[in-house]
Amino acid sequence: MNTFLMSRRAILKASSILLASTALPQIARAQAPQKGGRLIVAADSEPKNLNPAIVASNGVFFLSSKVVEPLAEASFDAPDGLAPRLATAWEGSADGLTASFKLREGVKWHDGRPFTSADVAFSALQLWKPLQNLGRIVFKNLETVETPDEHTAVFKFSKPTPFQLIRNALPALTSVVPKHIYEQGKIESNPANVAPVGTGPFKFAEHRPGEYYRLERNPDYWEEGQPLLDEIIYRVLPDRAAAAGALETEEIGLAAFSAVPLADLARISKVPGIQVITKGYEALTYQLIVEINHRRKELADLKVRRAIAHAIDKDFVVKTIFLGYATASTGPVPVNDRQFYTPEVETYPFDIAKANALLDEAGYIAGSNGKRFTLKLLPAPYFSETRQFGDYLRQALAAVGIDAEIVNNDSAAHQKAVYTDHAFDLAVAPPVFRGDPAISTTILVRSGTPDGVPFSNQGGYANAAIDTIIDDAASTINDKERVALYGAFQKAVASDLPLINVAEWGFITVARSAVKNVSNNPRWAVSNWADTWIEQ
Amino acid sequence: MNRTLTLVRRRLLTALPVLLIVVCATFLLLEAAPGDAVDAYILSSGGGDAELIAKLRIEWGLDQSAVSRLGVYVWSLLHGDLGWSVLFGRPISSVILERLPTTLLLMTGAIALSFFLGTSLGIVAGARPGSIQDRLLSIGSLILYAIPGFWLGLVLAIIFAVHLRWLPSAGIESIASGKHGMARVLDIARHLVLPVVSLGMIYLALYIRMMRTGMAEAWRQDFVRGLRARGLPRAIIVRRIVRNALLPLVTMLGVQCAAMLGGSVVIESVFAVPGFGRLAHEAVSARDTPLLLGVILSSAVLVILVNLVVDAVYAWLDPRIGSTGASA
Repeated sequence: MNTFLMSRRAILKASSILLASTALPQIARAQAPQKGGRLIVAADSEPKNLNPAIVASNGVFFLSSKVVEPLAEASFDAPDGLAPRLATAWEGSADGLTASFKLREGVKWHDGRPFTSADVAFSALQLWKPLQNLGRIVFKNLETVETPDEHTAVFKFSKPTPFQLIRNALPALTSVVPKHIYEQGKIESNPANVAPVGTGPFKFAEHRPGEYYRLERNPDYWEEGQPLLDEIIYRVLPDRAAAAGALETEEIGLAAFSAVPLADLARISKVPGIQVITKGYEALTYQLIVEINHRRKELADLKVRRAIAHAIDKDFVVKTIFLGYATASTGPVPVNDRQFYTPEVETYPFDIAKANALLDEAGYIAGSNGKRFTLKLLPAPYFSETRQFGDYLRQALAAVGIDAEIVNNDSAAHQKAVYTDHAFDLAVAPPVFRGDPAISTTILVRSGTPDGVPFSNQGGYANAAIDTIIDDAASTINDKERVALYGAFQKAVASDLPLINVAEWGFITVARSAVKNVSNNPRWAVSNWADTWIEQ
Repeated sequence: MNRTLTLVRRRLLTALPVLLIVVCATFLLLEAAPGDAVDAYILSSGGGDAELIAKLRIEWGLDQSAVSRLGVYVWSLLHGDLGWSVLFGRPISSVILERLPTTLLLMTGAIALSFFLGTSLGIVAGARPGSIQDRLLSIGSLILYAIPGFWLGLVLAIIFAVHLRWLPSAGIESIASGKHGMARVLDIARHLVLPVVSLGMIYLALYIRMMRTGMAEAWRQDFVRGLRARGLPRAIIVRRIVRNALLPLVTMLGVQCAAMLGGSVVIESVFAVPGFGRLAHEAVSARDTPLLLGVILSSAVLVILVNLVVDAVYAWLDPRIGSTGASA
């Protein structure tokens, strides 16, 4: 345990030096970035559609963010936490009906054509709003995009839309694709969906299915002197054990998104020439939650839900399942969020006696076999941590006399069982907090979502008061009022427990020490890597 | 030779209903699995709303009944069309043709390794049943037989790729290396060593055991007793025994070919080899029924072809087979 703590400290130190190297010019000069080289990274999947303007998911961004750029990217130190990319300035109107963007000049698409406001208007109206999984929610009231000149785009909304939400959605939801390529034929079957064309620092070069993707340097990139790498190769390694080995043999230079299992980190952090980095995922926080089917009479009782919350030892989950690489949750907004998080909510400290008392009070007295009632528990299969937490939850519930039967499914079967058929009592899910509760968080609680929608409230929970808060926040223009509404939302969720937030985590990057400028923004793994370089 | 041709023709005819059964059974099995291709896709792409989900179901034909989809599939199959993969967004035939060479290389390598090495070790063990080398080989083959394939693969990778650095840990060739001709062949061969050995080792034990048992039995037969009584050298007797014990192994070869396709799912994932096994796994996770059917159909054709060759070789080796209609 002691050596583990030591290595954790070493990791933190290493990553703080890394941060300092980007912040302090004198250190940067001591280690002048070198140009050239090929960075090979591990990829665990080959998305069918690589167009981030249609599929806003981390699996797609991981590759396409280097090719196709958004209007702005998340940043540790810039105002509003946003660094300009294709847009250089942005402003929302006081009535919430317009949002104006000043676009970068002198930017060229990879095929040499100039980037203009027409591309932004086309992407917004033809892709983000009608086709993109998340854009369909955020840009639902977008009516037109006016283009007074080649470098100005003015978004017009039919209903007041908080500019705060638009701003928070910029990094993930506003990838701009070329109009001249997408206006031919059907957008969904455009060849550029599998071989993306963008304005980014790297051009898409080739895909060998089952083997690798290759991106090559864009010599005409708008940022002078970037990118630094000649090539990025995404090597397909489906087996999680393979990434650690490939890093040690220098067959790959970097594995992001915890491609190296947590259990391997303590060992691999001691291998010379390898660094373990916990930074760079602050804007990609995953939340471990217990979804509750409120159609079950026992679970419709708040006392039972509170008893379950008291029965879960969050610190144990963080220490044992996440090996310390996570934070215990207090509510539906993660602790590391700087805009919306409030700690002033009801909390449920680990207390078995209290849990038992609450269950007794609710009238579910243990029978002669020590069991109060039986529940069906479906852990999501997407992460080993969600499955392990399922096993833990079963034991934790057993300790308070609730018998949980675990049902294991693969992804497609889990999606059908939980989100379409509602054939669950409790489920373990890993939703993502995407910088604003309106993007993909309130949907976990809001009533009225049709069956079959994943990562949404499918537990039959309906609370008019909470629904009102959610709807008000979705149309409140003033930043402060909106933050206050989401504060109320967090309080209401924590006290009524439509779901139980257990822990939240970012991923881990493991890289060769020669790879520099790793994790220098809060969405690093899915940002453009223009300033990443390799020490030769 | 005419006899062999008749056999081949008859085998091909009986293969057709087999293939049809394979298609229908696989389709129904995957149909019975909860969740469809849209469920899998929506999850992999981070979610979507109800309208999008409904639209995709219509686009991918999943709003049709299972029976009509099976009908459409079989109809296009009869026209030589394997269909369209929603997972890859490409025609299935192109996906399969891309993976076929890799799978054939891996399988041939593994089958050759397990057959030749297994038979040779079996001969060593069976030459003197009960001897020290027989006991050691029996224990060794039992241990090999008990080892799970993925574990063996991982251990071999850790030893030979991570620690000794003799061989690459994953992939089928060096990435974007620009190698051509002989250099590329050698590169692929180097990459194939670990997956071929891991896959071959799992099935090696079976050949050792079979060959050994066959020989041990043959030792007790009259013709061997006769040979020994005539005072023939041991080496010659062993050779006669081997020839007799070898026949069942040829049969085994055909059966193993099918089993190995199953084993390659795991080995291909461990070593990141883009072959059929991984393709089948991806197709099941994505509920891409036509793709899985395509993989299974081509594997079935492969197995039927191998068995055909085995039968032909058999008929040629053993004059009793195929001489009357009944025994084929």
